[in-house]
Amino acid sequence: MSGKRISLTLKVWRQESAKDAGKMATYEVKDINDEMSFLEMLDVLNEQLVTKGERPITFDHDCREGICGACGFVINGHAHSKEKEITVCQLHMRKFQDGETLVLEPWRAKAFPVLQDLMVDRSAFDRIQAAGGYTSVHTGSAVDANSILIPKVDADAAFDAATCIGCGACVASCKNASAMLFVGAKVSQFALLPQGQVERERRVKAMVERMDAEGFGNCTNEYECEAACPKGISVTNIARMNREFLKAAVTDQG
Amino acid sequence: MSKILDSKVPDGPLADKWDLHKAGLKLVAPNNRRKYNILVVGTGLAGASAAASLAEMNYNVTALCISDSPRRAHSIAAQGGINAAKNYPNDNDSVFRLFYDTIKGGDFRAREANVYRLAQVSSSIIDQCVAQGVPFAREYGGVLANRTFGGAQVSRTFYARGQTGQQLLLGAYSAMMRQVARGKVDLRARREMMDLVVVDGIARGVIARNLVTGELERYAADAVLLCTGGYGNVFYLSTNAMACNVTAAYRAHKRGAFMANPCFTQIHPTCIPVSGDYQSKLTLMSESLRNDGRVWVPKKVGDKRPAKDIPENERDYYLERKYPSFGNMVPRDVASRNAKMACDEGRGVGSSGLAVYLDFEDAIKRDGQPAIEARYGNLFHMYEKITGENPYKAPMRIYPAVHYTMGGLWVDYNLESTVPGLFVLGEANFSDHGANRLGASALMQGLADGYFVVPYTIPAHLVGRSYRKVSTADDEFRQAETQVKERIDRLLAVGGSRTVDSFHRELGLIMWDNCGMARNRKGLEEALEKIPALRKAFWADVKVLGAGANINTELEKAGRVADFLEFGELMCRDALVREESCGGHFREESQTEEGEAKRDDEKYCYVAAWEHAGDGKAPVMHKEDLVFENVKLTQRSYK
Ligand SMILES: Cc1cc2nc3c(=O)[nH]c(=O)nc-3n(C[C@H](O)[C@H](O)[C@H](O)COP(=O)(O)OP(=O)(O)OC[C@H]3O[C@@H](n4cnc5c(N)ncnc54)[C@H](O)[C@@H]3O)c2cc1C
Ligand code: FES
Repeated sequence: MSGKRISLTLKVWRQESAKDAGKMATYEVKDINDEMSFLEMLDVLNEQLVTKGERPITFDHDCREGICGACGFVINGHAHSKEKEITVCQLHMRKFQDGETLVLEPWRAKAFPVLQDLMVDRSAFDRIQAAGGYTSVHTGSAVDANSILIPKVDADAAFDAATCIGCGACVASCKNASAMLFVGAKVSQFALLPQGQVERERRVKAMVERMDAEGFGNCTNEYECEAACPKGISVTNIARMNREFLKAAVTDQG
Repeated sequence: MSKILDSKVPDGPLADKWDLHKAGLKLVAPNNRRKYNILVVGTGLAGASAAASLAEMNYNVTALCISDSPRRAHSIAAQGGINAAKNYPNDNDSVFRLFYDTIKGGDFRAREANVYRLAQVSSSIIDQCVAQGVPFAREYGGVLANRTFGGAQVSRTFYARGQTGQQLLLGAYSAMMRQVARGKVDLRARREMMDLVVVDGIARGVIARNLVTGELERYAADAVLLCTGGYGNVFYLSTNAMACNVTAAYRAHKRGAFMANPCFTQIHPTCIPVSGDYQSKLTLMSESLRNDGRVWVPKKVGDKRPAKDIPENERDYYLERKYPSFGNMVPRDVASRNAKMACDEGRGVGSSGLAVYLDFEDAIKRDGQPAIEARYGNLFHMYEKITGENPYKAPMRIYPAVHYTMGGLWVDYNLESTVPGLFVLGEANFSDHGANRLGASALMQGLADGYFVVPYTIPAHLVGRSYRKVSTADDEFRQAETQVKERIDRLLAVGGSRTVDSFHRELGLIMWDNCGMARNRKGLEEALEKIPALRKAFWADVKVLGAGANINTELEKAGRVADFLEFGELMCRDALVREESCGGHFREESQTEEGEAKRDDEKYCYVAAWEHAGDGKAPVMHKEDLVFENVKLTQRSYK
């Protein structure tokens, strides 16, 4: 419990707004208790900046326990840091050495414009979801929940795909800024469930088209997305999406 | 009974009330629905489910939320599960049983009719979610799995591993996004409601701040739905997400909505203890851990030996000792209070002394590590990530933390507040959990309100009243916007020396010490002096940099803390007036000889609904008497 004290040098991307050019700025953080979380370390730095009259560093965050997907930036070239299956809010300072230099940058992708410092606009994900990430069943029209049996393996696989928190690390870690893991996970969740069958083809086509229109890149099988995903979502979801998409294209009547 | 507070609970037998009420409610014909604009503030379970359902019916919906995407609302954090009276396991569950457990769990401080309706619609919620593709846990035979939760004697909790809230929210969010694609929901993310606009006494819109451009925006509507969640962050440290706030509800309160039972807060017993003063939030460890973990502290005061060096006969398994029949499974309020008592006696563990052990050694011996891993692997992993300690080897250290707020804006049976046209859903209202919420019931309530209650009750306002057409150019909107702008300018103009967080932390400590797990007259009176003084210091010395334009997260926090600084006072007032112990509200003056909570049904069997009387004036309390026709008020005993 005791907590060591460490000091770090931070190089942080500072950008006033989407319209402005940004640049790196350097900060010394001294005597940080290594039991702090990474975001708490930034809180401490921000309080110091405010006290000095400087604008604090802006970053998205909310739940601070790895589930809402709000947080995320790049630490020394790795989305959410180099630790595995973690969001940046779950990262603790005990993972760092005294005297280290850390470079913090926002997600970089054409489809995720920077809003300020480490905060980006990920609304493209919402638009992809709106294109088809649902079953068209309106409130009140559902049948009894146990009237459709679902094999446990399918339910579990659908769940694994559904654990995506929409943080955007997959896009940020991909040299093409591809959103295939995000879209593949959503398509898979529904493709694996009986409830998703009715709109299966329409869904995958609409979501993929929207993804392309938002300016995300193509997948060239680098698998960086899987490595960066805080929920460990597998690239097999991308393969499934590709199969679904091909099938939909073949059976396309229109 | 106060004349102003008409609960609109219909007559008739409990089981028929909702049906009878629905039969009498007005309808809006499908073709006419597109003439009505409905503003939904907040897109958690309550808001997203309401927005989706109303848009499906053809109303025009505008939805606002603080986060960058509606999918990130705080509902996402719920781990444990959602209750429903499906009785799939055939263990004699029923609507009545779910109703009874919930009303008793709330220590008889909720309305019978509301709670019964909640239990009635619970089954439809599960059906709806499954149809949306929510991947609930299943058995090998393909049916849905259930588990017991929070000490219930039947298995009625549905769950999706440790992510029930996330999966339910994604279901509601996707249903709402379908309506966004149809053009029936106009979604505005990164917007914060700053004030309610009331025209001729009726809620007609809000002023919101665009959190990216800093601009103030006016939204007009025929009805406003507040679905803005709970106010646990008044304590600074809580299990709530960082943006959870009271601003929307409190602004509505200042515009005429009564605030009910604000002192009813839930302190959850199993959270990871505070480790230092830099701490920004607390993490909940699911209640399910108490199914197998044993809670203990050393018998001796000040015993600082590591857990493994304390022999069995020098350990006090105090919950098992005091409550032999429920043991470690006692409800949250009882478990939390007992942890506090042990620590107050100087028997707390860890370097701060503010923690108790939750020990899995016996469970691991009994069932083997793989079995425990299968049950709690993800939670153990989370604990290790945060504390750097391995709970398979040494007991977890846990301590209670603020978790949920049962209090909220007063609503009638239609979920309408005392401001006509203003409906309040989910954690933001006070309606269903009385003085203590049982596990797995908040998700149920949020979705019940949004999917199955408000779509039926909203026409009572839309076509049941006459009100004029408004436009955002009207005086009321202009004035409200000016007031919001003035307040922002004032915050920016203070130019003091202290950060917003430093004030928030200080308020949190006052609240925790005086209006937390145990409350007494002296402490509450002290808090009622300290809070106004702190508020004054805030407005004299806070430092908020920058301008109103652009992203300014410090300014956002400052506005929320300013409201907490007023609201905290209201909570203490409410706690002071209620000189009984009930649920999460433990007044030290009102306890049994054995130190258990003592309710006073003679004097306090009512909902306290506070009316704002103007700045600097004492708020006025109105009472809604609670009438119990179907259950007998008993003292809760878990011995
Ligand atoms: C860690 C944790 C675990 C939990 N586990 C369980 C569980 O297992 N089972 C259970 O039943 N319950 C659980 N709960 C409780 C439950 O999750 C919440 O009570 C419930 O989800 C609240 O839903 P809501 O829709 O009312 O509010 P929220 O989900 O909090 O949504 C509030 C919405 O309002 C928006 N908002 C807030 N203020 C403003 C404003 N001023 N302007 C604009 N928008 C605003 C937010 O952006 C958000 O969209 C848990 C709670 C916590 C903290
Ligand atoms: S803040 Fe929610 S995932 Fe990091």
